[in-house]
Amino acid sequence: MLDYGPDAILMKGLDGSNWRLKDYEARGGYDALKKILRENIAPEAVIAEVKKSGLRGRGGAGFPAGLKWSFMPKQYAGAKYLVCNTDEGEPGTFKDRDIIRYNPHMLIEGMLIGAYATGAGVGYNYIHGEIWAEYELFERALDEAHAAGYLGKNILGTDFSFELHAFHGYGAYVCGEETGLLESVEGKKGQPRFKPPFPASYGLYGKPTTINNTETFAAVPWIINHGGDAFLALGRPNNGGTKIFSVSGHVNRPGNYEVRLGTPFAKLLEMAGGMRGGKRIKAVIPGGSSAPVIPGEIMMQTDLDFDCVAKAGSMLGSGAVIVMDETTCMVRALERLSYFYFEESCGQCTPCREGTGWMYRVVHRIEHGKGRQEDLDLLSNVADNIAGRTICALGDAAAGPVKSFVKHFREEFQYHIDHKRCMVNVPGGYFTVSNPSAGRAA
Amino acid sequence: MLSAESLKRIDREIAKFPAEQKQSAVIAALAIAQDEKGWLATETMDFVAQYLGMAPIAVYEVASFYNMYDLAPVGRHKLTVCTNLPCALSGGVDAAEHLKQCLGVGFNETTADGRVTLKQGECMGACGDAPVLLVNNKRMCGSMSNDKLDKLLAELK
Repeated sequence: MLDYGPDAILMKGLDGSNWRLKDYEARGGYDALKKILRENIAPEAVIAEVKKSGLRGRGGAGFPAGLKWSFMPKQYAGAKYLVCNTDEGEPGTFKDRDIIRYNPHMLIEGMLIGAYATGAGVGYNYIHGEIWAEYELFERALDEAHAAGYLGKNILGTDFSFELHAFHGYGAYVCGEETGLLESVEGKKGQPRFKPPFPASYGLYGKPTTINNTETFAAVPWIINHGGDAFLALGRPNNGGTKIFSVSGHVNRPGNYEVRLGTPFAKLLEMAGGMRGGKRIKAVIPGGSSAPVIPGEIMMQTDLDFDCVAKAGSMLGSGAVIVMDETTCMVRALERLSYFYFEESCGQCTPCREGTGWMYRVVHRIEHGKGRQEDLDLLSNVADNIAGRTICALGDAAAGPVKSFVKHFREEFQYHIDHKRCMVNVPGGYFTVSNPSAGRAA
Repeated sequence: MLSAESLKRIDREIAKFPAEQKQSAVIAALAIAQDEKGWLATETMDFVAQYLGMAPIAVYEVASFYNMYDLAPVGRHKLTVCTNLPCALSGGVDAAEHLKQCLGVGFNETTADGRVTLKQGECMGACGDAPVLLVNNKRMCGSMSNDKLDKLLAELK
């Protein structure tokens, strides 16, 4: 049995092989859809229930899901689309992969309810390029749902129809941005669009489109079955429900844990087996690599919900918790993250295209003992000139780590510049983030 | 230009989209073409363009934008190792170093016998299983200790 923790509601009762339709139905699957169709619940009432639940987007932005659904034009005569974002490539995040490989029908049912509520006739689930086996498995789940009459025309004998297809990406972080993703589905480079107009008015093929994260859709059947109030009560006001946290880095048991929003970080760390080798916690990136880093001692006092993490100076993001212990060189850690944003910038906006490379080169030279006194101010300046000056959030995402690493760990960067080596390391030793013990012995 | 089997797979993708939106299938079509040919030569991309009714430049744009396409020949096996921070904290860089030593190549290089091309990857969305690598874009291998890496290399002929 897969263990996501005692609070799990979405990932409960899964063993890795019981993903099929019959297994899902045995767990009460498709009951929420049946209830809506049987009782002829109005789309507005479905949206109201989701609004009441306090469900906020699980992909990173935390936007209220019910509110997003309500933006879809009701009287629109043409095609409307529903899109699921399973393009999970935010470093540290690996929860949506578990949903589609272990409980794919929960997502399909959530999308069916979303389609019913927003009036969408066709949907796509955009799956991260690097996870092929999961894409194939999801296609098999779609075939099962079709054969059972849950997808297609006149679902379960009603006049509700919905077609759902899987779309396989091919390696581009920026396609996790919703409008970049839509461009990609249209068969183009995944360069994000300027907003407004938002997808609800101009989305896929220029048609009204709702796009949500995998985990967001996956929570919807539970909300319909148990009520928005019950979901809200699992978490905190404005932070309804449970959330799957992906814990990676220097912990004993990296993995996904589903806990109630508002759970103390210290409790999550305990679930993940505590710090590897009993080392001291140095820093945590609480919401995927784009979220500002927080010193460990602050994080240990922080509860995991959107508002508390924001108050602590970061963001809950996708719920990807990257834990770093005392052996981590923060300069080297930032160097790797900066390289990532440089590599993945789509090149459309000058501040991001040029700025991400510039930041990487500066951090790289500090890490390699060639830092200059003025570099820390320069980094801050470049980051400030990217943030808020680009079409999509990738620019902000690239600037955030630079600003927060330098802010919280300035003395380490300064030490690198002054001494041409790492202050974490013993003198003269080579330090790798990945294998601190080797670095220390050298 | 592409096998009947590949064309069948591409047709299946085209059917997912509105009739006037065949271009939506280009990402899948290029992936399928690469599966068959090993890499994307200009004439392969031109064929895909013609098949989908697209301008060739629009296909080149896509092929050069997404990083799992290979626009030059690669070895019989392509290993893409994630070295991003969450993986690096759990041995991702060490795994890449081990592969470099065993194969005698660096990133973006192919062994002299044309057996393996080594690539540095970005987040594959599997950080809990670090170190993680991808074989030929399709097969994900997790928790890759040096022993497991050695076994994998022995298996790749």
